[in-house]
Amino acid sequence: MSDTVKPTETTPQVASDPDAVSITVNGVEHAARKGQLLIDALADAGEYVPRFCYHERLSPVGKCRMCLVECDTGRGPAITVSCMVPVAPGMKVDTQGETTKRMQEGVLELFLANHPLDCPVCDKGGECPLQDQAVSHGPGESRYLEEKRHFEKPIAVSDLVYLDRERCILCDRCTRFADEVGSDALIHFAGRGNNTYITTFPDQPFASYFSGNTVQICPVGALTARPYRFKARPWDLRQQESTCTTCAVGCRIAVQSSHDEVLRHLGVDSDPVNHGWLCDRGRFNYEQLHSADRVLQPLVRAGDDLLPATWSEALAEAATALGAAKAAGGAGSIAVLGGARGTNEDAYAWARLAHEVIGTPNVYAQMGDGLPADLLVLERATIDEAAAASTVVLIGPDLKEELPVLYLRLREAAVKGRTRLLEFTPKLSGLSTVAWRSIAYEPGTLTAAIDTALADDQIAAQLASGPVVVVAGRANLAESSTATVQAVRTVLAKVPGSTVLPAFRRGNVIGALQVGMRPTEGGLDTRGVLQAAADGGIECLVLLGADPVADFPDADLARRALAGARRVIAVDTFLTASSAQADVVLAACAFAEKAGTTTNIEGRVSPVARQVTPAGSTRPDWMIAVELAEALGGDLGYDDVGQITADIAENVDGYTRVTPEALSAAADGVVAYAPTGIGPVALLAGEAPARSSYDFRLIVSRTLYDQAEGTAHSPSLAHLTTATTVHVNPLDLGRIGTTDGATVKLTSSKASVVCTITGDESVLRGTAWMPFRHPGVDPRELIDCFAHTTDLRIENP
Amino acid sequence: MSSYRWAAGYIDDGDRPKIVTSRFHLEDSYTLERYLATGGYQALRHALARTPAEVHDEVRGATVLGRGGAGFPAGTKWGLMPADKYPRYLVVNGDESEPGTYKDRLLMELDPHQLIEGSLIAAYAVGLAQVFLYIRGEMPLAHERVATALNEAYVAGYVGKNILGTDFSVDIVLHWGAGAYVVGEETALIESLEGKRGEPRLKPPYFPAAIGLYGQPTIVNNVETLSNLPWIMANGAAEYVRIGTETSPGTRMVAVSGHVERPGVFEIVNGTTTFRDLIYGDDFCRGIRNGNQLKAFVPGGGSAPWFTAEQLDLPFEGKLVGAAGSMLGSGAIMVMDHTTDIPAAALTLTRFYAHESCGQCTPCREGGTWLERVLQRVVDGRGTSADLAQMKEIGTSICPGEFPHASSSRHGLDATPFPYKMTTICFVGPSAYAPVHSALTLFPEEFAARVRDRVQIPVTAVQ
Repeated sequence: MSDTVKPTETTPQVASDPDAVSITVNGVEHAARKGQLLIDALADAGEYVPRFCYHERLSPVGKCRMCLVECDTGRGPAITVSCMVPVAPGMKVDTQGETTKRMQEGVLELFLANHPLDCPVCDKGGECPLQDQAVSHGPGESRYLEEKRHFEKPIAVSDLVYLDRERCILCDRCTRFADEVGSDALIHFAGRGNNTYITTFPDQPFASYFSGNTVQICPVGALTARPYRFKARPWDLRQQESTCTTCAVGCRIAVQSSHDEVLRHLGVDSDPVNHGWLCDRGRFNYEQLHSADRVLQPLVRAGDDLLPATWSEALAEAATALGAAKAAGGAGSIAVLGGARGTNEDAYAWARLAHEVIGTPNVYAQMGDGLPADLLVLERATIDEAAAASTVVLIGPDLKEELPVLYLRLREAAVKGRTRLLEFTPKLSGLSTVAWRSIAYEPGTLTAAIDTALADDQIAAQLASGPVVVVAGRANLAESSTATVQAVRTVLAKVPGSTVLPAFRRGNVIGALQVGMRPTEGGLDTRGVLQAAADGGIECLVLLGADPVADFPDADLARRALAGARRVIAVDTFLTASSAQADVVLAACAFAEKAGTTTNIEGRVSPVARQVTPAGSTRPDWMIAVELAEALGGDLGYDDVGQITADIAENVDGYTRVTPEALSAAADGVVAYAPTGIGPVALLAGEAPARSSYDFRLIVSRTLYDQAEGTAHSPSLAHLTTATTVHVNPLDLGRIGTTDGATVKLTSSKASVVCTITGDESVLRGTAWMPFRHPGVDPRELIDCFAHTTDLRIENP
Repeated sequence: MSSYRWAAGYIDDGDRPKIVTSRFHLEDSYTLERYLATGGYQALRHALARTPAEVHDEVRGATVLGRGGAGFPAGTKWGLMPADKYPRYLVVNGDESEPGTYKDRLLMELDPHQLIEGSLIAAYAVGLAQVFLYIRGEMPLAHERVATALNEAYVAGYVGKNILGTDFSVDIVLHWGAGAYVVGEETALIESLEGKRGEPRLKPPYFPAAIGLYGQPTIVNNVETLSNLPWIMANGAAEYVRIGTETSPGTRMVAVSGHVERPGVFEIVNGTTTFRDLIYGDDFCRGIRNGNQLKAFVPGGGSAPWFTAEQLDLPFEGKLVGAAGSMLGSGAIMVMDHTTDIPAAALTLTRFYAHESCGQCTPCREGGTWLERVLQRVVDGRGTSADLAQMKEIGTSICPGEFPHASSSRHGLDATPFPYKMTTICFVGPSAYAPVHSALTLFPEEFAARVRDRVQIPVTAVQ
């Protein structure tokens, strides 16, 4: 069945199970586990029971009646809903008898009675559980002569999902997902009896970050995804398991293509990672691969223009630039930023190129919008450990916006009562409502908030009650990372044995940092590089899929840095605000066009598959590194990506287990150990000043649908973003003397901008929130990356 | 007597014991003043003077069979609650909507205090924190009368904090339904009370006694069941079981409709009164209208398989009626005389159940409507004999195995006992099939007369 793509291998069952229960299936005895649902026990016994409403990751409802079997618990054979009943010792189940067969055929005939049977033009046709089970468990013919049910169709329940009510079999999967897992209960049943249908609330679309999952788990073609509708037939799709690198959660996916074009991502049910779920951004941003804006061949600057060049011309040009830079200012005048958007292999090859061949210490994969790399040496927790810990301390961004599937995992842990969330946040987050304690703090006061919280008896008792995992990330780009780092260290010191799950965001940032894209002795971090470039101290700046002009929190510094760097080489898939200013642009392959591995937040290394031919003459980053090294007279010694994977296992601290063999044997990837030897990164000295009561303290954070390169070039997602407005608490609107939707002037120590204002109850009084990288006003103009916090004066223009 | 002028009301005729209808003849039976003047709330005082366990034992000893349809003894039902789980709730099922049934409405309209007192006794006996009185949305007079009675009872100190000066406190919350038959099913009623769609829960594991309203142990009792309790507390279980038979003690209310001379609601002695007594007795319905012949009757609400004249001598005794292939259900008897168009009568009932399906489970949602459509075609004279077979096939998909039916010497049939096996979550699905199955089994000739096996296509006659 297409709705649950299983990993290729499962862990072997433990032989001596103390909870073993013996049941008889069709006369043969089988072992089951206590508390296991009969339907699962039967599957383990090799008896697949047909089902529509039952889904392993959702609570059972027993509505579709497809899984009925005859079961004798000592009182004679009784009709039993196998998805609702836990196994009991001595159960005798008949899945093949006449009654069971008649029930299954009967229910299937009833399902098909009103189903339109438009399979030839249905996206689900060929991978449809209704089709498949009609063949395997159906009566083989329909006797329904009446007119079928009619509904208007299709109905766009959201920007991404279409609903065909005629095909719908009312299995309650999408509605349960939306309610239980996605926490956006925006679709439900209406009407009754034979006129029951799925609907949204009037004028309220199914605007969920996770809506695509409902399409994947729909057992018929009732829900279809706009980007995939009518694009392919399932039997024409080739697929490979891969890992999504949109954010750093590392959801396992199946990348599917037809005729060498990626057309769909499906979530793979990886138990330690994503449970089969994906966010819509990760599910649909493959559209960027087909963007007309892709850089398809190398470009070399001629005056104001970037002109197409051959690879040999461009590489020669790049080598010349690097050579000239080294000659002019030494290796220390060269900096390499980026690497988080590629694979571990890309990052490793580039780290070797930078450190060994070029010889520069100035290498960094963080864009100044995350936390310092030295947090990675702390004792690391896995996602599973976080979702099973008695307490999770959240010091970081709104996970729903930045690491959506981690949000789902932690939300589930909190809702099911396994884990208590202790959240510190400058603005109410997606987890605030399910958090045990949600402590809102004004930027600059996190340290005090942590100290107060840790002194609280109840909180101290909770933290002492069992394992504690600290989820640490950058909550506010308008505040330096210093306070967050200090806060994490305080919690670790006060709660011995607690571990850290780094909520770093960008695709493979953890992998890049761990395999070597970080400064060596005396090297500069990104802020240092940009500062040096602005001051004229950088002879050559290499941007490896990095876009500081759009991503670095201090827009002014990034702009001056690009202008001040004497030579700029960019390796990129698009001409970004930064790479458009480069002297040489080396055209890079995108996701799904190159193979390798990626490392997620917990250190789990899993494969990334090459599913389609690279667009144009683009090359993978690692290959560009190898050729550039050659042009510079070095030799990295690679002609195959597998060699790099093996080399990483051999040479990189913590990756010794991550051999190509181990990777191909483990369906869920291999967890790399936390590396040692990442030196401390310099923090801002001093403390945040107090806020003047006239000012608003600025919070800038990401949302899922921003204008990041990949999202902006995916047509289905690009328009989901909203124009930047400044959000303040509704009670503060009066204080400013303005109203919701009015225009105000924002003044910081750096700049002054004019922006629309929005009243927003999730924002604390005295603070102002702005989204990062949304269209319109750029809040980064207001930020000074050398200050602890950013204070704004908000006035009528 | 009733606000519904077109509907038959309560008929008080003959000298029989009265347990729940003793005040029905009084003009102001629904007022607190009249209730107190006729011994009202004395039973509550009796109960409060005893321990809850003693009250529970008294009710258990009386074997009050549930009057909602399933006939499960109330005292036993109360005993199914887990011992240490509190709070626990009582839900009064006043969502009476089984076709043909209109007895609970009269109990609520004419003696609301009796119901309130019964609820209080139940709450005291099993330690219930709160009572939810769920009244069907289409019964405005019942709602008004119960609401007024509740206000009176609160003011007089019978409901609320420290009832009658004791430390027994309980609140009664009135809830008005929105008009769905399936909400009469106890778990659907609980869902509806919780503000959700009125859809039955799956059993197991959600028997309300263990996991009910808001996940707490919950007793759901029918209005008539609870209305019996004041009398039992006042007169004792021994007195109660003296009426009726050992297995079906006391009285029960029945609502007769259809082709009889005098339709209405009667309080009859349980277990001994027969259908013949009821339909033909002078104290009751006084025979078939216009001296016609009895063709068939529904013995226990629209969901019950039909009986014919051959079953007239069965008494109101659950086990006997069950063995004969039907059920006593909600106490609604619908009588059809020899002028009745049987397929059309079956269609009326089937259409009701198809329309009232909640839609959550497939066999009921799809099967009910399909049955209705096929039957409609047959009634319209457009059916074929394949359609008759198909209706049984659809029925088998809803109820695999033998479907209960009455014996018929005309067709040489032996009875198949009640109940049936079902693929649905609740009884609504099988109820759509019950009338079709009875009609097809007991009156096959009426269907045979309707079907044509040659398709009639209008053609231009060859000149």
